[in-house]
Amino acid sequence: MKKGQFFRSMPGIGLAAALLIALPFVAALGGQAWVRILDFAILYVFLALGLNIVVGLAGLLDLGYIAFYAVGAYTWALLASPHFGLHWPIWAILPLGAGLACFAGVLLGSPTLKLRGDYLAIVTLGFGEIVRIFLNNLNAPINVTNGPQGITLIDPVSFGAFKFSGATQILGVSLSGPQKYYFLLVALAILVIIINVRLQNSRVGRAWQAIREDEIAAKAIGINTRNLKLLAFAMGASFGGVAGGIFSAMQGFVSPESFSLIESIMILAMVVLGGMGHIPGVILGAVLLTVLPEVLRYGVGPLQMAVFGKMLVDPESLRMLIFGLALVLVMRFKPAGLWPSPERQRELQETGK
Amino acid sequence: MDIFLQQIINGLVQGSIYALVALGYTMVYGIMGLINFAHGEVVMIGTLVTITVAGSLIKAGMPVALAGLAGLMAAVLVCMALGWALERVAYRPLRNAPRLTPLITAIGMSIVLQNLAMMIWGRNYLTFPALLPKIDFEFAGANFTAIQIIIVLVSAATMGGLLLLVYRTKLGMAMRATAQNPAVASLMGVNINRVIAAAFVIGSALGAVAGVMVGAYYEIAHYQMGFMLGLKAFTAAVLGGIGNLAGAMLGGILLGIIEALGAGYIGDLTGGFLGSHYQDIFAFVVLIVVLMFKPSGLFGEKTGDRA
Repeated sequence: MKKGQFFRSMPGIGLAAALLIALPFVAALGGQAWVRILDFAILYVFLALGLNIVVGLAGLLDLGYIAFYAVGAYTWALLASPHFGLHWPIWAILPLGAGLACFAGVLLGSPTLKLRGDYLAIVTLGFGEIVRIFLNNLNAPINVTNGPQGITLIDPVSFGAFKFSGATQILGVSLSGPQKYYFLLVALAILVIIINVRLQNSRVGRAWQAIREDEIAAKAIGINTRNLKLLAFAMGASFGGVAGGIFSAMQGFVSPESFSLIESIMILAMVVLGGMGHIPGVILGAVLLTVLPEVLRYGVGPLQMAVFGKMLVDPESLRMLIFGLALVLVMRFKPAGLWPSPERQRELQETGK
Repeated sequence: MDIFLQQIINGLVQGSIYALVALGYTMVYGIMGLINFAHGEVVMIGTLVTITVAGSLIKAGMPVALAGLAGLMAAVLVCMALGWALERVAYRPLRNAPRLTPLITAIGMSIVLQNLAMMIWGRNYLTFPALLPKIDFEFAGANFTAIQIIIVLVSAATMGGLLLLVYRTKLGMAMRATAQNPAVASLMGVNINRVIAAAFVIGSALGAVAGVMVGAYYEIAHYQMGFMLGLKAFTAAVLGGIGNLAGAMLGGILLGIIEALGAGYIGDLTGGFLGSHYQDIFAFVVLIVVLMFKPSGLFGEKTGDRA
């Protein structure tokens, strides 16, 4: 059996499905907090795969990706909360959020078409900051975003009478709120994985990869680089918008703090650390970078107590310190990411490094 | 008119700080083509080291000016060591890695430095010791302080020194050669490793000077202060055309002045709709507008094709 074939065979799919279904129940043994962490891991898989389209496939370094997530999150928060007294259904908000994020993506993409590499990176970064500053300050003179306090009491995801918050009984099994969100997120993640895989091998995907490798050559063979770059921004942004909407509903609360530059950087780190442009690698990166800080959160304090008998250093900063070191070490020893695509691996070896 | 002059002065002061920090980014970028995301944290550590050293020396009874000088020296030395270590640990092993890899290690180092600083100096805001007597001057209706004059003079002198170093010494020549073509430079007998390490060390020393000036200007410091400062300074470097020394200096000063004017006038311009808390937006809006028309910055050369 060829490598990678296993998960395409029937028993392989069955096993993977069983694992995915069992996971939230196993996590619940450690408390609902772990299920919530799992939810976030999958949300980040979704986001990272969205960014992978822009950075991994089209090779456009986007450091402001979180802005689109913010657009989606605030669209949901404003249209489904007591803030404006609106409670629109998911069918209206989620597409609208994705559409607005998509529009923001084109808005960012169009003036930056001429820019290359690091110039593009800094402009996208600036765009992300502009969005965050506006969210932070649009509470006066007209209160739109409620400023730094953010928006609370946001409606959960619901389909008709079926709400995703609170526990329900389904077929005799009790499902908690986070567990229900887990299944919703897994479904969405599978959808985005399929889209990613299909895109990668499509005409558009191959054109993106051509632009990534050499823009001038791509143009010369008749690829419309302008439209395709805009399309990459727009698609990546729409995924960000959908993820933002779900985030907002899941949390029940949004504030500008959740959309700082460090978040954009974390998502980029997931893509790069996992293996840029390689879907399984990106998934691995996203799960690892979401779960690792949480494991450290619960592990660092007790470990210190066990080894030294007292808290020597603030566990919160120690955990981030270890996280930063882990980023450096992984990149130091696996420069192409933890799980790079085979072609990329080969390229690196051929150049003799 | 006096508001205008006042804001120009404030902007000039802030801008010369940006310019010093921007030089650190631009030197490293010019030679290696790499954004050193951890540079802002180096500046922050410079400020905090000065607070500790100068603060404790003043407490021990040393004259204020001398303690300040000692603090500055300590900051410069610590930051130079830090810059050297950063290059050694996070960048040198990855010189031939894919382009985004060093970006992630830089971010990792920046997280590490920030949390180290928090462990050492704590989460609270620290007060910067008063190193200079507060003297106010008045000129054509605008006020400025002794510290503002010193900041502008010191950064001008530092930048002059850097230009001399780069354009008049052998090391500078080696740096310029490496920036143009590392492979050829090394064939001509330039020790690339030493040149790159020197760029990091010198950039960090400039950052330390900037850090001390930020501390003296705002009189407070915090372990997270390096982030926004670094971001603005990097914006300034890109504005001027990254990799270009004069560009970084002018970009920094321009950015400082634009920000100050923007903060001063935005309320009037928008009829009170947008207030001065939108100050941080100007930097980025100006950047986007400039890059739309000049895709490699105001004074930058055309960049290569590789993204």
